[in-house]
Amino acid sequence: MVGIAAYAAYLPRLRLSRKAIVDAHRWADPGLAGKAKGERSMCNWDEDAVTMGVEASRACLGDRRTTSLIAFASTSAPFADRQHGGIVAGALNLGEDLASIDVGASQRAGTSALLQAFAAVASGQHADALVIASDKRRSKAASAGELDNGDGAAAMFVGSGACALEFVAAHTATVDFIDHFRGAGEDFDYGWEERWIRDEGLARIVPEAVGKALKKAGLGATDVAHFILPSTIRGATASVAKAAGIASDAVADTLAAEVGEAGVAHPFLMLGARLATAELVAGQAIVVCGFGQGCDAIVLRINDAAGARAMGNAYSATLATRVAEDNYQKYLAFNNLVALEKGMRAEKDDFKTALTVTYRKRDMLTGLVGGRCTVCGTLQFPRADICVNPQCRATHTQEPHPFREEKASIVTWSADYLTYTADPPAHYGMINFANGGRFMTDFTDVSVGEIDVGTPVRMVFRVKSYDRLRGFVRYFWKAAPACRAPERGQA
Amino acid sequence: MAAGIKDKVAILGMGCSRFGERWDCGAEELMVEAFSEAIADAGIDVSQIDAAWFSTHFEEINVGKGGLPLSIALRLPNIAVTRVENFCASGSEAFRGAVYAVASGAADIALALGVEKLKDTGYGGLPAGGGGTLNPQWAANGSAPGNFAQLASAYRAKHGVSRDDLKRAIAHVSVKSHANGARNPKAHLRKPITEDQALNAPMIAEPLGLFDCCGVSDGAACAIVTTPEIARSLGKSDIVSIKALQLALSNGSEAGHNSWDGSYFHTTRIAAAKAYKEAGIKKARDEVSMFECHDCFSITELVTMEDLQLSPEGGAIKDVMDGFYDADGQIPCQIDGGLKCFGHPIGASGIRMLYEMYLQLTGRAGDRQLANPRIGMTHNLGGSPMSNVAAVCIVGAYD
Repeated sequence: MVGIAAYAAYLPRLRLSRKAIVDAHRWADPGLAGKAKGERSMCNWDEDAVTMGVEASRACLGDRRTTSLIAFASTSAPFADRQHGGIVAGALNLGEDLASIDVGASQRAGTSALLQAFAAVASGQHADALVIASDKRRSKAASAGELDNGDGAAAMFVGSGACALEFVAAHTATVDFIDHFRGAGEDFDYGWEERWIRDEGLARIVPEAVGKALKKAGLGATDVAHFILPSTIRGATASVAKAAGIASDAVADTLAAEVGEAGVAHPFLMLGARLATAELVAGQAIVVCGFGQGCDAIVLRINDAAGARAMGNAYSATLATRVAEDNYQKYLAFNNLVALEKGMRAEKDDFKTALTVTYRKRDMLTGLVGGRCTVCGTLQFPRADICVNPQCRATHTQEPHPFREEKASIVTWSADYLTYTADPPAHYGMINFANGGRFMTDFTDVSVGEIDVGTPVRMVFRVKSYDRLRGFVRYFWKAAPACRAPERGQA
Repeated sequence: MAAGIKDKVAILGMGCSRFGERWDCGAEELMVEAFSEAIADAGIDVSQIDAAWFSTHFEEINVGKGGLPLSIALRLPNIAVTRVENFCASGSEAFRGAVYAVASGAADIALALGVEKLKDTGYGGLPAGGGGTLNPQWAANGSAPGNFAQLASAYRAKHGVSRDDLKRAIAHVSVKSHANGARNPKAHLRKPITEDQALNAPMIAEPLGLFDCCGVSDGAACAIVTTPEIARSLGKSDIVSIKALQLALSNGSEAGHNSWDGSYFHTTRIAAAKAYKEAGIKKARDEVSMFECHDCFSITELVTMEDLQLSPEGGAIKDVMDGFYDADGQIPCQIDGGLKCFGHPIGASGIRMLYEMYLQLTGRAGDRQLANPRIGMTHNLGGSPMSNVAAVCIVGAYD
């Protein structure tokens, strides 16, 4: 059996009110008023497709130390030529003996990556696989995408043993139907008329692909208990289901009210939300569709209803990290959509990153690996040749020790309005790891007044700073309040 | 233990430029301003100087690297000039070099000069520090006020102090320094402030407001040192000699080992204990007449009172509020205005502190002259609470 053994989702905590967006643009486009409902998820300034993917993967993997294959799907990955799966593998200390591939260039990159993982595991080429789908889609101010899209990630562990969701069959149609495109090097999508997308694209391509997938599975449309198809076009998902002969109560919510459409992650966010709320019975069929230059239609079967529900709960957990945001200007600033005065202090980020150092210290910088002295047992970060314990000072005695999952709390802190940060005040301070080890670190996802000495924190992989002169993104770990950890969905 | 430096070296002359936003001059002119006063005070010719130590911190926005900027600005007679840098304690480091040269006998007369030209950055506050190739890839995105403000969070937690009580105490620290600076014609900030002004100032880094932060100033300070015997042979009476000169540097334990609680300066405690021993001081609270501490931020001064053994641990707030460190208190602190109001041209500050102790000990401090000071102390700190260079110097009358 091949299927999804574990699942986790990640939504940034900030949820931007659509009313705030519409209010900013109503003067120019009164027609937007009808869209002033609900909210969309919104990355912090230091989050991107990679960091969200790391959070989802971390929760998904749980205690698993590695995987045979890592597939990273995104249409908004920060590098055109640097593999993001490798960054995730480094952040999660998965080692170097694994295959990795990035998948992109289409909104069905997430479902396609999952299908490739199923195939690789089914064939025996790989024992298992981690599939990550993550998107932070940039949209022009006042565009439909700004209102319709959201930011988010999902990760799935594909295994060949007992899986809560078993892969049954799939069909892919490849059709160069250009509902939107983004030229290489361009910042923003260029989209065509919704009615045409709905009638000539979704309505023609998806039902046919779904029908063929169900046929391969030996199932009929009425057997489908859960139907997942993202679309920002109102009513389109339901009408496609109807055209395919699928019952209306099987149609999963598109999460427009609470998340917005999170690109390649969205089929899996919808899946998680559906598993959180629907009646789940072993044996039920799920159809997950990814639409973009054709359609992936994937038929899954629920083998373990409790396991499937746990996946749903993982979605609910990240949904519940919500912090309401009604400042549209902050959204513009975080997404670099406005030429904002940052002050001369921001120029300090313009330094050239020494890639030799980044590589030499990759376990420290990407993996948050410090040291454990084998003589006195002291945990320390960073790892050094001589033990930091003043009573020990043993030389060359340290073994690598990952700090990522160590419990930590705040020892000292400040909220700094002077230093440059995209989200002032800059919160930072000393944290102690409960088992030993400490360092002074940036905090993130902190609201003013939220932290104090003793506040529990957890480490999260984030953008340290942007080198906008050279297009480089520096990643490191920061401390975030521990109360908002993503959960793992596995029975 | 080594015999120490006590009474081996005397101050022959000192000088200090006016501190402040010196739009009118660069580092070169500031150096000449401080040096001219010092050499006139010493009563020697430049040809009598055997060696020089030169301190500056932000060389990249200032004079550049090396000892040449000093040698060229002062047209020194082709002597050795060593440039030193040790964060905000650089001035003490230059002084130490000159003092050690004289104490060793390698030089009869040595010069220490520190300068910083900070107001060519284009913005207020200190430039961002850091540097190196690894640090900026992981070190927290801190500023000087944010780094030092963290002392407040740990001090409050350790001693159970409310935010309001701490804010009032650090406000008093700044009100006192402003009152002192107002009487110093060379000080950068010369307006007295009220406690309400300090408490209600714009927030810089929680809980430090604008008036909890020292001035960012241009300036230079200079010392010429020799042996007491040579000083006497040059006609000096009322000789001020070095009683102790100690530096202690962090070794990463505060930053990396959980034994430090974040509420005090580990290095200052070590440097102070060594300095008192070197100077033969048994009980600092009773023996120190006055001192200049590194009040880069008001909270730094507050906790340093305890680290220097002047206030009991946890007792600095009471002493501050009681006026113990005010100009008319038992141990006046920052009688020249301190970093807070005299200003903080980084490479010069350690020598500027000694300049005030020297003026006070020789009875030349003008309106702010204290009655019969015997022992003066300087505390010069560079870095951040978790990783720093602490310098403690004790000077007094050479008997």
